[in-house]
Amino acid sequence: MQPHPNSCPRLAPGCRLSENNQQRVLLMPERAFRLNGPSLEIVERCDGKHTVQQIITELQLLYSKAEPKKVESDILDYLTRLHEQRAIDFE
Amino acid sequence: MHTAPTNPLALIAELTHRCPLHCVYCSNPVELQSRANELTTETWSRVFKEAAELGVLQADLTGGEPLARTDILDLVRSARSSGLYVNLITSGLPLDEARLAKLVEAGLDHLQLSFQGADPQTAEEISGTKTHAQKLKLLEWLKKVRVAVTLNFVIHRRNIDQIDAMLAIAESSSATRVEFANVQYYGWAFANRERLLPARAQLDRSLEILKAAQERLRGKIKIEYVVPDYYARFPKPCMGGWGRKLMLITPTGEALPCHAAQIIPELKFENVKGRGLREIWETSEAFQKFRGEAWMQAPCKTCDRRELDFGGCRCQALLLAGDPAATDPVCSLAPTRHKVDAIIAAANNGARSDQTLTKPDWLYRLNPPSVHSSAAVDDDH
Repeated sequence: MQPHPNSCPRLAPGCRLSENNQQRVLLMPERAFRLNGPSLEIVERCDGKHTVQQIITELQLLYSKAEPKKVESDILDYLTRLHEQRAIDFE
Repeated sequence: MHTAPTNPLALIAELTHRCPLHCVYCSNPVELQSRANELTTETWSRVFKEAAELGVLQADLTGGEPLARTDILDLVRSARSSGLYVNLITSGLPLDEARLAKLVEAGLDHLQLSFQGADPQTAEEISGTKTHAQKLKLLEWLKKVRVAVTLNFVIHRRNIDQIDAMLAIAESSSATRVEFANVQYYGWAFANRERLLPARAQLDRSLEILKAAQERLRGKIKIEYVVPDYYARFPKPCMGGWGRKLMLITPTGEALPCHAAQIIPELKFENVKGRGLREIWETSEAFQKFRGEAWMQAPCKTCDRRELDFGGCRCQALLLAGDPAATDPVCSLAPTRHKVDAIIAAANNGARSDQTLTKPDWLYRLNPPSVHSSAAVDDDH
């Protein structure tokens, strides 16, 4: 089920950004995701203030050389995956 | 031959072997460590700092029962301020709403709460204590604080038919993750194995229910389950490989590659009181013993799967095949697989299945010795 464009993703309780050996990571129960480039840009915007649509628009600008439809579908897939891991809630 | 190790990702901090419960499946060693020799707050603080410097991301505060430590707030604070993600693996007592709030304030990221059954009677039979009601109270308090919550239902023959009721408990809580973890046979669980191992039909039914629940609850609750590896075709990649991902520190400070490693007779373990964590991880005899592939026997030595499951579990190879370097006997390719087949056959014969209805003659987990002696005297709780 795709995230609603007007919903605001927010890191779930107990899920937080951290850094280890100059690598940004997303920490959660029993897991850690390494964050680089696009994944870092997406997770940093999961602050309960950016809508899904805003995240897509901002990353399409940041990655202006990439195909906008691909940026959109990659973001939706990544957000869905984070949600299934229970790392984010949609508000 | 020394293999350059990867850095550990998690530190399992067994803060104490004291526990108010007496679960018949406990994975602690049958030889529990006395309170008299537990590491101090200061030593644990140093260990947390060294772990973070080594690249560790997560600390599992466990035991026994970590809440039995009166300095648990300081320990949470120090683990968090070292830069570690703080998990508390707990039975949920002793705890009240105020102490829970303080734990969260101190920097607790994640609380994993164990359940021994879906109802008070089962929980009392399995843990030897009346603790189920307290856990349900804790679930209510957890709704008011901001912390990740996992429920861990420990599954075996006596409660595997309660999965639906367990799911109901999970769904009425704020937990976002639920684990249905079939007992693994080490420590006290190994002693009680014949009474714990489920029948195949029970296991199959539980998997049907859990797979359906996973789908239904996708995006709301993440459900994970672990099957007893006796029923698997291939072994688990135990601990992510020996000395690859995890490091465990016992209550008295010994550094182990896994929670059962002390049963392997030829291993010598270093203690954090005398050595730094990095030195222990990289060079200690116990950690080096089963790294790389030089120690492997046939068929692991040339098997395509050796980089997937590392030949399975060394402790299980010792327990079931008498040799810690042997192929894990649960592997379908192991020369000793017939031993596991015999255990499975016994768990599935008709007479045994009927015993599901009656309470077995359990060996309950004891309290650790209260002084430095071998007498397990009833202690202060």
